[in-house]
Amino acid sequence: MAYSQAAHPPSTALPDVPASEKVILSAADIQRVVDRIAHQILEKTSGATGTVLLGIPTRGVPLARRLAARIHAFEGIDVPVGALDITLYRDDLRLQATRAIGKTELPGGGIDGRRVILVDDVLYSGRTVRAALDALNDVGRPSSVQLAVLVDRGHRQLPIRADYVGKNIPTALAEKVRVRLAECDGGTDEVKLLGRTA
Amino acid sequence: MIRHLLSAADLDAETATLILDTAAEMAALAGREVKKLPTLRGRTVVNLFYEDSTRTRISFEAAAKRLSADVINFSAKGSSVSKGESLKDTALTLQAMGADAVVIRHPASGAPHRLSSWVDGSVVNAGDGTHEHPTQALLDAYTMRARLGRLDGLNVAIVGDVLHSRVARSNVLLLSTLGANVTLVGPPTLIPVDIAAALSKTTRVSYDLDSVLPDADVVMMLRVQTERMQDSYFPSAREYARRYGLDVPRMRKLPEHAIVMHPGPMNRGMEIAPEVADSPRSTIVEQVANGVSARMAVLYLLLGGKA
Repeated sequence: MAYSQAAHPPSTALPDVPASEKVILSAADIQRVVDRIAHQILEKTSGATGTVLLGIPTRGVPLARRLAARIHAFEGIDVPVGALDITLYRDDLRLQATRAIGKTELPGGGIDGRRVILVDDVLYSGRTVRAALDALNDVGRPSSVQLAVLVDRGHRQLPIRADYVGKNIPTALAEKVRVRLAECDGGTDEVKLLGRTA
Repeated sequence: MIRHLLSAADLDAETATLILDTAAEMAALAGREVKKLPTLRGRTVVNLFYEDSTRTRISFEAAAKRLSADVINFSAKGSSVSKGESLKDTALTLQAMGADAVVIRHPASGAPHRLSSWVDGSVVNAGDGTHEHPTQALLDAYTMRARLGRLDGLNVAIVGDVLHSRVARSNVLLLSTLGANVTLVGPPTLIPVDIAAALSKTTRVSYDLDSVLPDADVVMMLRVQTERMQDSYFPSAREYARRYGLDVPRMRKLPEHAIVMHPGPMNRGMEIAPEVADSPRSTIVEQVANGVSARMAVLYLLLGGKA
């Protein structure tokens, strides 16, 4: 999510051409990671009954769709997928220019009494997830909430952890994790670590 | 992002579209159980109303409250204004109270513009004299887009008392920016000379309502503002209704998909027949609901970011 890359702390702002780039996950790696998380969700939720996947825009949404598609391919179960925009719940709105808000789409049947799995691309400060928990609170009362992320890069500022992690990447604060997914960025899937120094 | 919303001309197509898209997301929230958002918590919005208003003031108040802003309502009646306080002194008072946004309605054209140079917060024009009413134009554009799916290329007829209508001016500016073709229709006495050319290149003027209706996608009826009329602009209310009122036979001349709009308050039987106002083509009640969403979008975009 842009949140984890852009906002915290401001000093991570990088020049346009970073000094070093390293591919952390290739397209094939991302596919394997999504497959594994889909299996883990099935295992941990005993077959994903009563489960809803909610992606956090922008890149959490296609990830949630991919997870649902893989779960369907493995066990033939249709897990409802939705999007939960958290812009209006952020705690850093006043720190930068007004942001455009994204789309919130809840699956039919809502989230009341269901197990919600939030899906995002990068887990960093944890503030996006806090905002998402606040937003969830206003749209319903899930029986439980879990978190799935493609990349956990550390540097948490809040007591939040993910239930499903694609890859843990040790990073320095000055580095930046860039996720590209075909659905929103075109081209091929890729996760890169951009750093100031090699 | 712009800091004030004083005129519909302040909005380029990109910004206007952003406001309409944001309004659409805000409208989706209206269906939820918890309608309140924490977004503008701790911000103060002052409604400064020097003129009577029902829907606009309530609409701004609802919009600000749904975004968790603190709302202070100020109406000229029963305030120090009736003791002779000037707009500037009132503005300085609001400034001292730390208003983050001032929503102003004033009988004098240009008052919001003047106010914007006196206060640090954002100023939103909620109607100034016969000049502009930009949030009304936004909610009208939103309603058209929601009903008809687009704005680009739409034929919009704005009918009636254009001379006194701030709604008409703001609508012409915004709709032209967004690619609609506007035709102003009314008696020659109520359409200022050269207004079309002054507002936008694509706007036309017609004095014959019946010839405009068959091609119109949207007919927007304006209220005849008798309270602003010092001269007689037409022989009688009956003659006005006969020539420029939208009655049932005229409504039948409209294309199947066309909608009928009115900014309210209506003079039923004058510019619009009751059967037309209550028909399924009429968007009058929708316009009020959309007003809250459009104003939430404006307040969010003005106040949501770094001050």
